Formats: sequence, structure tokens, C-alpha cells
Amino acid sequence: MQPSSFDNPTAVSDALDRVGYLPDIGVATAAYLAIRMGRPLFLEGDPGVGKTALAQALAEITGSRLVRLQCYEGIDASQALYDWDFPRQILHLRAAGDGADTAALEASLYDRRFLVARPILQALEQSPSVLLIDEIDRADDEFEAFLLEVLADNAVTIPELGTIRAVTPPLVVLTSNRTREVHDALKRRCLYHWVAHPDFAREVEIVRRHIPEVADRLARDVAAAVSRLRESDLLKPPGIAETIDWARALHILGATGLDAELAAATLGAAVKYHEDEVRVRRDILPQLAEQLGR
Amino acid sequence: MIAMTGFARALREAGVAADRTRLTTSLAALAQVDAVDVEQVYWAVRLALCSEPDDLPRFDALFDAWFRARGPTLPGPVQPQPTLQTAQLRPLAGDGTTDQAGDDDPLATAATDAEILRQHDITELSTDERDEVNRMIALLAPRVGTRRTARRRRGGSERIDVRRTVRTMLHDGGEPGLLVYDRRREKPRRLVLLLDVSGSMSPYADVLLRFAHAAVRVSPASTEVFTMSTRLTRVTRQLRLRDADLALRAAGRAIPDWSGGTRLGESLRAFLDRWGQRGTARRAVVVLASDGWERGDAGLLGEQMARLARLSHTVVWVNPHRGKAGFAPATGGMLAALPHIDELIAGHSFDALRNVAEVIARA
Repeated sequence: MQPSSFDNPTAVSDALDRVGYLPDIGVATAAYLAIRMGRPLFLEGDPGVGKTALAQALAEITGSRLVRLQCYEGIDASQALYDWDFPRQILHLRAAGDGADTAALEASLYDRRFLVARPILQALEQSPSVLLIDEIDRADDEFEAFLLEVLADNAVTIPELGTIRAVTPPLVVLTSNRTREVHDALKRRCLYHWVAHPDFAREVEIVRRHIPEVADRLARDVAAAVSRLRESDLLKPPGIAETIDWARALHILGATGLDAELAAATLGAAVKYHEDEVRVRRDILPQLAEQLGR
Repeated sequence: MIAMTGFARALREAGVAADRTRLTTSLAALAQVDAVDVEQVYWAVRLALCSEPDDLPRFDALFDAWFRARGPTLPGPVQPQPTLQTAQLRPLAGDGTTDQAGDDDPLATAATDAEILRQHDITELSTDERDEVNRMIALLAPRVGTRRTARRRRGGSERIDVRRTVRTMLHDGGEPGLLVYDRRREKPRRLVLLLDVSGSMSPYADVLLRFAHAAVRVSPASTEVFTMSTRLTRVTRQLRLRDADLALRAAGRAIPDWSGGTRLGESLRAFLDRWGQRGTARRAVVVLASDGWERGDAGLLGEQMARLARLSHTVVWVNPHRGKAGFAPATGGMLAALPHIDELIAGHSFDALRNVAEVIARA
């Protein structure tokens, strides 16, 4: 499907739905505008609300390749953009021997075949593509400045080789977990979307999508329990990934609904901190059992 | 179009960074959606104008007032939100003359934040003395120690930089030449200032904010400032303004709970949930300025302090009463927090603040 075939947010929403991502109106509008305006999409939200999954779904509905750049502290141009394949260059030199024409040899050293394309260059060369820049907040602020330059031009200039420009600019999705504030100059270029936890009905539907064989009542019970946990001020509230994990764990145990005993046995799928686990077992599980009525 | 310009201005006054670039983006986004559908308009504008989660409640309130009540084309004489109204009543930035009139001016009765700030000054000093102290604080330049990063730079003898070495070899026709080395780069540690601006701390709030401003000026990228009273407010963005008085006034506008009650435990938990645990407190030097008068649950404060101590590099507690004779950390909050503090120091005078700067630098 071509990007231009999306006329309104609903079309994007339906397309995302078809590839297994259930968006709310906010996500659908964000995706629609990012595609139509060619702007990078800046996604923030609690871990596990489906930021990365959205990029994957976008690649699928626009029929493009997903190129992922995972950021980390210390990442620089040679890991994000391109690098020269030094061993091959040296071998090339050695193979040429002493009598070779030095000028021609030197020129041949910086040929495209000695260039190792890293994610950003890959995304520019293989259009159409979706470039996912994951956890930008982990990279240093110097890296942001550099990213800004690439995003502005949709081109990379390699001094020895010239400028490589994207035929169709990639659809860029940036995600951040807010471990630090990303510079305003970068954010300003983007459409900003805060991805919220899904509401109850949507979450039930998401569980059903991912685990079609799960019992209806179990999907509903797990979604209710998770939304109860999210209201309980945990250190790490469970995300959608945890909901799915939990439902799957319960399904493997043969459960068709949730009760206090089963919840206690499988709590590790939803709650990932010891302090949280203690609190949930002591305070929340009894209430939950009551709420579920069994 | 005119409605959008006014709306963006109202957002800016409420503290959302809805600048010109974002305004242009919002207009372009509006052109892509169905302008009759309020939901689509809402999302198009929100996606373009907001840039952090703190913006969202302010945006929602203003959007309701501007577009939902009257329809998108006729914002008219909008009923301003409370925050907007107070923001408009305040004197414009750079209004230096009224500021210089001092505390003695009986006409200055309208409770602007600038004046509230002034009242919050160290009470024993005269206006001139206080100005002098403020100037000295601005020169303090609190700097934090460094930490090693994963980035590398040339020099040293830690590791061979293969990239550069081979590049030199290529240049020399493949002959092995000099080895180029690199080493890890050092970066200033992150500094997080958590300032208690509740009623009991009000005489010291102004100097503490000035101290924070000086710290932000030295390393804007690695310093974060929050105020705590009944709730948590991030004032880093306001304190980045170069001029100390303007920055303090902007911060004053952003803080909704000046001289409110003290709920340290809850504020601290809000900080750790929304910022600290995600990374702001990790490996950071955290300075908490408070007298430890906790109106809420001291147990909660103890719990959250333990969390903070586990995440951060150093926890420094600045207590203005520490410098006074006969001080003992006897308030409930202070007692609960004590086991998790690396240093408990005074913060009531300029000398005490200079000491704070030294402790931070050593950390």
C-alpha cells in the first residue's frame, strides 16, 4: 500500500488494525500526520505501551522496510551512519603491490564497496523505509545535534564519496523513555505524541489479537487486574507487553479466568519489582479477588 | 489562523513551549485533517504544539476553553483559565523599575510573584545587603565532579584507536605507522536540586532558587531543578533564562504552591516516578533543600529517600536550621530521611551556600 492512499486518520487506523496494531484516535492521527507531512514522529510514554510496535506496524502498512537504530551512551556517527571497512581497504592496498598507479589506487580505496552502511544510511538508501530511532534519550546530546542535521536534509555527505540522498525520505519514528530531556531543537521538528495506556476495551481486544486461543473471560479478567495495578502507584506499572505475557502465562496453566490463587502464582509476569510484588500480594490481591467475585 | 496565533500565545503563557515553528506545524497539520471534527482538530494541534507530558493537562484545559465551548472558528472573548488570568495580570518581563522600588513601597500591594519572591528573602538582611548576597550567589558557579562516559577521545594510552590508526596506515600506503590511542571522556555528573518551597521554608526559598539558577547557568544540560511543596514542579526550563531576576520571576509563575503545606514524601515520590527512576537521578548528585517539616507520612518519606539513595550517586540534604545553635535533626521527616543521607549541611547564609557548592564539587 502506498503512503498517499491514506486520506484520513481513520484509513490509517484501519490499516494499522489490519496488521495487528490497535490504535486509538490519537495514535492514528499522529501516524496519519507523520505520513502526510513527512515529519518525524516523537513518541514518549511508559515502557511497554507499544512505541516500538507502532514503528513496526507503520513499516508494514506503508510497505516499507523497518530500519532500527538502538541508541546507547557513546553512540557516534560510525555506529549510526557509516564506517569504512578498514581491513578490506588494507587488503586491497596489499594486493595491489608496489608497482601500482598510486593516484588510481588511492581513488579506488574510497569506493562504495568499502563503505559499511549503518542504520541511518541504510534507511536513506533503501527507500521507502521506516527509520526507528529507539530510546534517543540514551544517546548523548552531541548525537542529537548530528541527528538533527541528517533529518533536516534527508541526506548524508561522505567527504570521500559525495552526498547520498534518499529518493523518498524515510518515515522517522523517535522514541524516548524520558531518562533525560531531549533538546528542544530536535523536538521542535517532530510531531510529539504521548502514548497512553490503552483503555479497558482496547486492552481486552489487544490480548485477544495476540493470543486468539485465550478464553474471553480470562482476557477480560487480566485487563481488569492490570488496570487495577496501574492505579496502585507501583514503581513499575505493567505495560501492554506485561498484560499479554500474563494472559499467556495463565492460558498455559489452563486457566479460563483469574482468581487470587492463580494471580499470586503468576504475578511475576506482570510485576517486576520486589517492592511492588510485596505490596501487591499484601494489599491489592485480596481486593482484586473480591472485585472479581471469586 | 488568528485563533491559532492567540491560542499558541495563551499556551506559552501557561508554560507550554508553543513557539513559532510549532505554530507553523500546527497550521500545516490542520490543513491535513477535517476541520469540522473537533477530535481531529484536537489531535492535530496537540501533536504539533505540545512537547512533554507536563504540557498535556494545560493544553487540554486551554483547548476546552478555546475550541470546545464555542466551536473552532469563533474563540471570541475567551473566558480565560485561572492560570492564564493570573499570568496576564503580572507585570511584563523586564519591568525593572517596580522591582527596584524595594520592599518599602507601600503602593506595591498587588501580589505579583516577583514580590512574593522578595518577601521570601532572608529576613535579617536589608535590601542592599540582599542584593549584594544575590550578586555573590550568582558568582558561586556550583560545579559538580565528573564521571567517566562511554564516549572516547584521543590521547592517553588506554586503548588503541583502530579507526584512526588504520586511517593513518591507508594514508601511508598500508605501511604500519604510529599507533593512535584514545581514552574515555569525562563528563560532569548530573546535578539534581530538589527545593522545598513550603511555608516553613519561605525565608530561604529565594536564595535557594538563586543558587539553583547559578548552578543551571554553569551547566545547563546536566542540571535539573524541581520545587516541592504540596506538589512537584519542574523549574529547570524557567531557570535557564540568563538574567537571574527574570528567571526567578518565571519560576515563580510556574510554581502553583508557593508557601503551601509540606508533603515531602509525596513530592519526592512524584519526582522519582516521573523523573528520577527513568534516569534523572541515576548516577546524579542530588541536593535536597528542606527543613524536614513533613505534614504527611514520615514513613513514606523514609521509603522514598531509600529509593533515592539507591538510584543516585550522592544525596546531600541542605537544612537551613542546621547552622543554628542547638540544632538537632529532630523533625519527623528529618529523622526518617537521616539514614539515607550522605551529607547533612547548613544552608542559611551565603557562607553556608558556598559550603554547599564545595560539597557538591567533591561528590
